[in-house]
Formats: sequence, structure tokens, C-alpha cells
Amino acid sequence: MTDTLVAFDDVLATYDPALGLEVHVELNTNSKMFCGCPTEFGAEPNTQVCPTCLGLPGAMPVVNGKAVESAIRIGLALNCDIAEWCRFARKNYFYPDMPKNFQTSQYDEPICFDGYMDVDVDGETFRVEIERAHMEEDTGKSLHVGGATGRIHGADHSLVDYNRAGIPLIEIVTKPIRGAGAKAPDVARAYVAQLRDLIVALGVSDARMDQGSIRADVNLSLSPKGSGTLGTRTETKNVNSLRSVERAVRYEMSRHAAVLDAGEKILQETRHWHEDTGVTTSGREKSDAEDYRYFPEPDLVPVAPSREWVEELRGTLPENPTARRARLQAEWGFSDLEMRDTVGAGALDVIEQTIAAGTTPQAARKWWLGELARRANEQGVLVDALPVTPADVARVQALVDEGSLNDKLARQVFDGLFAGEGTPDEIVAARGLAIVSDDGALSTAVDNAIAANPDVADKIRDGKVAAAGALIGAVMKEMRGQADAGRVRELILEKLS
Amino acid sequence: MITRTAAELAAALAAGETTSVAATQAHLDRIAEVDGAVHAFLHVDAEGALAQAAESDARRAAGATRSALDGVPIAVKDVLATEGLPTTCGSKILEGWIPPYDATVVRRLKAAGLPILGKTNMDEFAMGSSTEHSAYGPTRNPWDLDRIPGGSGGGSAAAVAAFEAPLAIGTDTGGSIRQPGAVTGTVGVKPTYGGVSRYGLVALANSLDQAGPVTRTVLDSALLHEVIGGHDPLDSTSIDQPLPALVEAAKRGAAGDLSGLRVGVITEMSRQEGGLSGWQAGVLARFQESVDLLVKAGAEVVEVSCPSFVHALATYYLILPAEASSNLAKFDAMRYGLRVWPEADASAEEVMRATRDAGFGDEVKRRIILGTYALSSGYYDAYYGQAQKVRTLISRDFDAAFERADVLVSPTAPTTAFKLGAKLDDPMAMYLNDLATIPANLAGVPGISVPSGLADEDGLPTGFQILAPALADDRCYRVGAALEAALLEQWGGPLVPPEEKLS
Ligand SMILES: [Zn+2]
Repeated sequence: MTDTLVAFDDVLATYDPALGLEVHVELNTNSKMFCGCPTEFGAEPNTQVCPTCLGLPGAMPVVNGKAVESAIRIGLALNCDIAEWCRFARKNYFYPDMPKNFQTSQYDEPICFDGYMDVDVDGETFRVEIERAHMEEDTGKSLHVGGATGRIHGADHSLVDYNRAGIPLIEIVTKPIRGAGAKAPDVARAYVAQLRDLIVALGVSDARMDQGSIRADVNLSLSPKGSGTLGTRTETKNVNSLRSVERAVRYEMSRHAAVLDAGEKILQETRHWHEDTGVTTSGREKSDAEDYRYFPEPDLVPVAPSREWVEELRGTLPENPTARRARLQAEWGFSDLEMRDTVGAGALDVIEQTIAAGTTPQAARKWWLGELARRANEQGVLVDALPVTPADVARVQALVDEGSLNDKLARQVFDGLFAGEGTPDEIVAARGLAIVSDDGALSTAVDNAIAANPDVADKIRDGKVAAAGALIGAVMKEMRGQADAGRVRELILEKLS
Repeated sequence: MITRTAAELAAALAAGETTSVAATQAHLDRIAEVDGAVHAFLHVDAEGALAQAAESDARRAAGATRSALDGVPIAVKDVLATEGLPTTCGSKILEGWIPPYDATVVRRLKAAGLPILGKTNMDEFAMGSSTEHSAYGPTRNPWDLDRIPGGSGGGSAAAVAAFEAPLAIGTDTGGSIRQPGAVTGTVGVKPTYGGVSRYGLVALANSLDQAGPVTRTVLDSALLHEVIGGHDPLDSTSIDQPLPALVEAAKRGAAGDLSGLRVGVITEMSRQEGGLSGWQAGVLARFQESVDLLVKAGAEVVEVSCPSFVHALATYYLILPAEASSNLAKFDAMRYGLRVWPEADASAEEVMRATRDAGFGDEVKRRIILGTYALSSGYYDAYYGQAQKVRTLISRDFDAAFERADVLVSPTAPTTAFKLGAKLDDPMAMYLNDLATIPANLAGVPGISVPSGLADEDGLPTGFQILAPALADDRCYRVGAALEAALLEQWGGPLVPPEEKLS
């Protein structure tokens, strides 16, 4: 069944949207939330399990102190208050990938609460209020075998991998975000993007949306324009890219409006986001009948972080990514577009380090967002995963600046770096890449080029300096690229003036 | 051999008068002889026990014994995970499950060198006061095979009473160690909450459960308690403090001098009127005699009132089912235990439902439903939340009482052992059997039940309960040993079940 949709602009003519975002962050602790099992991604199924995370009868949980530390650091970075005393709670429901058929989570006593994050959308700052950030454990992962879609319907059997069961999660929940209007999809996206940057800066998670280490649930409701009320919301799950966050909000706004325009009621339900088709479909109904029967986890003692510890952790917080970005943009003189591309490519750190190694901001940006971004893209990795360090890039640029390399030769140095042939200087020496700026050799080549292209030479003599490019190309060809292009141009213009 | 206490056996082993293999074999023979009638065991591990006994003898020969009880065999309630040995919790739903790990208590028993004879019968998931709710048939009281041995740990108590084991481990959530002790004429101890690790104890109600010793003498309990007790990093609720000197306290108590000790008789639990009712006359008579013996030993008796205790049973039957309903959710046929297919192409959900329907007994289902209801949104505050408040009041009653008395005393159970089947169709009547033992679980304080004689009406054992403040388990042992010594002197020896009924 296809949903009826209302055009986005028309939605805003009639309704005010309210957003709510629940983001799950998988922590990168060495061991799980309540046991000593390793947490590495991608291990053979059911090899990282023990009585506790398998929920075997009699086994008991022990809280991972490192996970508590990460939770507090996230909370502090989100300007939250940190509970002096809080408990875990059981969230009871049956599902085959939940070993105990309850999830050990936190309910009315989250470790972090009442925070905010200032989100930048097109140069405008939007304050997103954080209701809470709490600790919980992940579930196992079901694999449905035999069906066409990989979903449970149509499968003839299912396999469960409990490696993920018990991995520490922090769930960060916003208060209803109102007043974003037409910018609601952008605010949602920018919030998740900035939150991800913050998590990366804190170093508490791999922060890979594609691997599910950051997962967003998008709540959305519409209310009649100007009414100040909150409408019935839907919760869209499985929104695992920034672009999808934006699209899912947009889609649900259009869908809600169509339902409401038709005089019908929004069903309070969970919806699934489909990345491929860009639509949401109905999941299970979230009625009052769904009752998790929360109660305090009796196998654990309360978590009571001392104020001294909290202050100590506050001292370890990195610079706020938004503030840092503004500072670097000003220092580097990047345009908004250049800065956005830099952040989008995940190149902020490597560019900063390259600049620190003596390169100008524009040169650093040119390499990392040009040649190196292209190669990273080919390999399907981020630039910081390439076998090229900021120091390498700085050295290559220094060689260019001193005239020993031109851009074309520099690319060959990068080839050498990718092939593991050593340092830039070693590669230049081994491959014989030193540039020719000796006037004698160049002069001969320029004479040859002029002789071979009399028409072009005449144009230049007539003052059409732009035509020099064709002669430069011919010289470079003869010199197999190892010529100083600037010097070649000077020689041509001297000879033809 | 089998009538020796654990301390006597340990001494005989140390003196080279016998071997662990001989002692273990003697108990295995006794099990073969009487357990058909008693049914204390769900699983006997003769081979394993004898192998462990042989190792113990080898250690002793090499001068490398591991503890005072090295070589003394023991039985373990089937609610504790034992690596390689079936663990059913008295339920069909765990039939065939062999745990891949040992409970901390079991690990400590093995580390101390005690051969494990087998696993003892219990009410399903420890829900009951008679062991009649075991899915594998009831255990019978060695004093009268037509009567219940108490519960939920009737198997452990009956095994010790019938000389099938010198020692056993029980677990006590509302009296499951102490009440069976009382009705089988044995000693049972519920340690301070957090005093003995719960890791590997299949939880009934996590905030109430506590494993402890089941023995025939107070000293044996102290010896066993020192083996299994103490901090365990795998149990977050375990207390990170050294145990008090329990064996020393038992020995000091046995010397008989209780001068300066203040014994508080709990008004609500020691007379027919003015509090909880339903006390059997013979039980109260034996209780009063024991109080008199304590006075004779130099103790001062004060009467203390704990008015909130009358609400303990109701509080308990909200907290326990709530926690249990959640604990028991894991039994869903997905990973271990029973799996029932209602039809060939059933969904996971249908398999869960069919398995739980077939695998759980009525009492378990009753409590799951009660607990699910008590935790439901809209009812939580009225039931679970309210129960936690009353629990706090009960703790305050204890605090106030322990201001005035060093220990508190009462009969352990209101009646002697009743007939099998007598209360099976009346859950409330069954629940009432635990009214004197439940307050200690709600407050986390330690308690011991010591045999106090036989009731005049029926000639069956009665129990005397001694409660102490949290962490002061040593007081239970001191007073218990003093009472035991005085009673043994009066009786001219221990009270034992009539042997002719067993064979
Ligand atoms: Zn584990």
C-alpha cells in the first residue's frame, strides 16, 4: 500500500512539526556492559559470549566501570547534570534475540539528564534540549534465513548471534524539538551529525552509522499550526545515515499531514525506514497495551559517581566540535562551503595536522579533499584511513613549494606512498622524480615546441598570452612531466615577446 | 559413619581413622538404601563424588588438604548451577540442562575439597513450603513419610535428617532453609543478604535469595558457612567485608555462657494473640522452654514488638512474584532446556508459549501472573512500590528491636510438618507457613533455625529461630550453639528420626 503524501510546503502551511530524536551509541569499551566478553565487531557468531550475556540461569551482571565513565563524559559534553545516585532497571519484553527476555537499562533514574546541544543549521543556531542519556545493553542480532527479504516474514528459520548481546549502549533522548518549522528535517540531520562529531571527539565509540554503532530513532508529530499542542507521534526506527534522518522526517511530515487532512487519526506506532525506497512502513503498534513493567534491577547496586570523579572527567573533555570548527574555519580562512566539505570528508583532523606540519591551509585542503579524497573514495574508506600521514602530505607540499616537484610528480609520490615505497624523499630519489628547472634543457625544449607549433607562436606574439598553455603542454610532454611549468611559461613568453 | 557430624567426620579424616572415599561411599550407600522412600535427591553423582573423594584422600596423604572440611561429602540444592551436572530447579522446563559453569558456592565447595554427592529436590524454582511443587515428585519427611519436609529446600533438609549427607546447601528466599530445618529437626542458616555469593544461584527473587548451610549441628553450619561465604566480585550485591569468626562463635556458644546477652522475644511471633496467629500449641511450648534455657545460660530476655511484621507476608508476595516473573522470562526454549513445538512450522513466539505452558507448574504460573500484574503500569505504585515502602518499615522495626536486643527469637515455623497434600489446594495456607521466616529476608538480616524438640501433639520436630543484625551472623551461631548444647544435655543426645520408618 502506498501512503498518501502532502507536498512539504503545504504541510507547513497547516501544521507545526515536533521532533524527538533517540540516538543509540554503541560504546567502544573493550568488554561488554555487564560481563568480561570482548566487543570486537565482526567476530564469528556466538564466539564472544559467556553465561551472563547469554542469560544462562544463575548468571549475574557486573557493571563495566569504563562504560559508566563514557556515559558521564557524553553527558558532560551534552551539558547534562550527572546523577549522584541512579539505578539500572529491567525493561521486560519477550524477543528471541534478548537472552533474558528483559533488557537491563535505566528507567526513571538516568545517569545524565537535563542537557542541551546547540545545533547549527545554515548559520542559524538551534538549541536542542536533551532530556536524558542513559546506559543500557544491546540485544543479540537475528538473521532470518530462507526468506526473500531477510526479514522475519517468509523466513523458514532464524539464527541468533549473541555477540552483540550486552554491548554497552548509551541512549540519548531529546526533549520535543518544536519551532523548527520547515527546517525540521535539517535540524534533525544536523543534530545527529553534530552528536556524531561529539562522540568521535570524545573517543567513546567507533561512531559508524553504517555499522550500527550509532543508530537513530526519529519521533515526529504534527499539531495544527499555532495551536501549541503536541500531536500523536510515530517512532521511525532503523534510520542509519544522516541523509536518511533528514528524509525520514520529511516523509513522516508529509504522511502525517495527509492522514490528518483526511480527518483521520495518527496511529501511535513504530515505523520502519526503508533506505532503498525512501518510505516508512508500519511496524508494531505502540499502544497503552505495551507495558515494559520496568522495575529496579535487583542484581545490581546503584551507581553513585562521586562529584570528584565527575569533575575529573569534565577536565578530560575535548574542545566542543562546533566551537572547534568555528575556530579552525576562522584560523584557516575557509569559506563555509570549504569547511562543510572538509567536515563531510572527515578530513578536519588530518588537515589540522598537515597545517601544523607547516603547510598552508589551502594547500592542505587541496590535497586531502582532492587527490587523497578521490583515492579514499575508490577504496571506500575515510581519508584518515589512507596509508598517507599528514606529515607525508606536508613534506610533498614542501617539495612542491621549493620547486622540486610539481603537482603531477607529487601524485606519483603518492602512488609510491600507497605502494609502501618509503618516505616522500625516498620515493622521489628512487623514482627519479626531481623536476627539471635547468634553463639549458628547458630552453631547447621550448625552441622545439615553438618550431613545431608556428600558429600558436604567432598568436602569442600577437598578445594572446592564454595560448601559451598549448606550448607548455608540448614542453611538458617532451620533458615527460618533469619540468617546472612556471619556468617553462616564463621562457616561452621571453622568447615570443 | 553416616551418623557422624561433619566436624566429627573431618576429625576422623584428619586422624586417619577413615578416608573420604569410605565416608563418601557410606553416604552413597545410605542414599541407595533410603532415598527411594525419602526422595531427597534429583540426581546422584556417585562417580563424580568418589573421584573427588579420592583426590581429597590423595591431597591428605600429600599433606595438602584445602580446608577443615576437605573430604567431607555434601549435597547441593538443585537451584545452584553445577558444571557438568544436571540443574533443573525442580522444573520440567530445565529438564536435561547441564550448566557450562559452576555457581560461586559450588566453586568454593570444590576448592575446599568437599565431594558433591548430588543435587537435592526442591519446590519448582523454590516456590513453595513443602517440596510438593517439584515437577519430579515430592520429598518426604524422614520423621514421617506421609508428611512434608518443608520447602522449598525439603530435599536438602531431608537428606541431612535421613543421614544421606552430613552437609547440604540450601537457599532461603522466605524461609526455604529455616522452615525445612524446623520441620525435619535439622539446623538451617540464612546468612546476611550479600554474605554468600548468589552467582550461579538460579534466582527466584534476587533481592531476597540467599544460599546457606543445612546441617545437623550448629558447629557444622558454621564450618560450612566459612567455606561458602565472603565477597565475590561476580555478585555485585555481595558484601565486600570479611565474614565474622563463625566457627569461633559457635564454639564459644557451645561453652554455654550467655551472660550479658539480651534476647528479644518478638511479641507478634511468639504467642497466640496480639499479632500473627496460627501457632500450634506444641510449637509455642517448645519455644518457651528454649527461651527459658537461654535465660538459664545467663541471657536477659526482653519482649520487643515489631508491628510491621504482620504485613511481611503480603509484602513478600508482591516483591517475590514481581522479581520472579521477570527472572523466569528467560526460560523460553530459545537457548536451553525444554522445547515444545505446538506444530511443525510454529513461530518462535508460539514455541515460547507452548514451552512455557508445558514446562512450568501451576504454582510458578500463579506467581508469574501475580508478578506481571504487580509490575504493570498503573499498578506498580499501588503494589510493587507500596511493598517496597512496607519493606522499609519492616527494616526499621528490626533496627528498633536491635537497639533493645542483641538477637531476636521466635518459633521458626508456626506448625510442625503437615501431611502431604494437606495444603496443596490452598495457597494461602501454604504461604502462612513462612510468616515467621519472611521478615528476615525482607530486611536482609541473618537467621538460624535450631531444633527445639518434638511437639507434644504429634511428636514431630519444632524449630527455634534466632535472628541477628546484618553482618552479625556470628551471634546466630553463638546463641544457637548455646541452645543446642543445653537441649542436647536435656535430651541426652540428638533427636533423630525413627529409623524403622525409612527402610
Ligand atoms: Zn559475556
